[in-house]
Amino acid sequence: MTIESFAVIAVAVCLLVGAFFALVAAIGLLKFNDAMTRLHAPTKVGTLGVGAFLLGSMIHSSILGEGWSIQEFLIMAFLFVTAPISANFIAKVSIHHRTCTMPPKASHDETWATLDVPEAGHGLAKREKN
Amino acid sequence: MSFATDLMNTALIISFLVVSLAQIMSMIRLVIGPSTGDRILALDTMVVNAIALVVLLGIAQGVRIYFEAALIIAMLGFVSTVAYARFVLRGDIIE
Repeated sequence: MTIESFAVIAVAVCLLVGAFFALVAAIGLLKFNDAMTRLHAPTKVGTLGVGAFLLGSMIHSSILGEGWSIQEFLIMAFLFVTAPISANFIAKVSIHHRTCTMPPKASHDETWATLDVPEAGHGLAKREKN
Repeated sequence: MSFATDLMNTALIISFLVVSLAQIMSMIRLVIGPSTGDRILALDTMVVNAIALVVLLGIAQGVRIYFEAALIIAMLGFVSTVAYARFVLRGDIIE
């Protein structure tokens, strides 16, 4: 077997692994029964699935295409960095709307910063407080 | 080489089907989602699946320009997710 057939088989395995993780992420998003539980499935597993796709694409373009490319690595790094930040923001939205089990009381302050009124004059935040 | 190429084509077709199915499933969650956080999460998942579809298209056709499009979609998806969450949390996006 030549190096090309090894590369093609590696790309196929990466694609199948990525497809499996993408499907698991979608099933978790659809079947879990709580907002915070649903948050876990796509933000971790889906990112891993796209990472496997991009790894396969890197192998494909480096062996069979015209050399290494930086774009796949940039997409992978960007997705891996930004997925936890998006998940944190969506969790804050769930806490803010009280659609999940609420966290315990804060030890030092009166309440958590997400539930606090940030400044005067923000009508939406003030109404959510009551 | 023939076996490897056949395996690669089959894996590409399976990946296209599965990612399209995942896109449809997150679209269902976008429609039925009971809270705002679920809808934002479904939109974020749809952006990630769209990146996966664009990358698969780039592998299937061997065209390099698709990866730069995927990079732009990744940046736009993150900024739009943060903007949605920020709007829900604070009432406006840029204070």
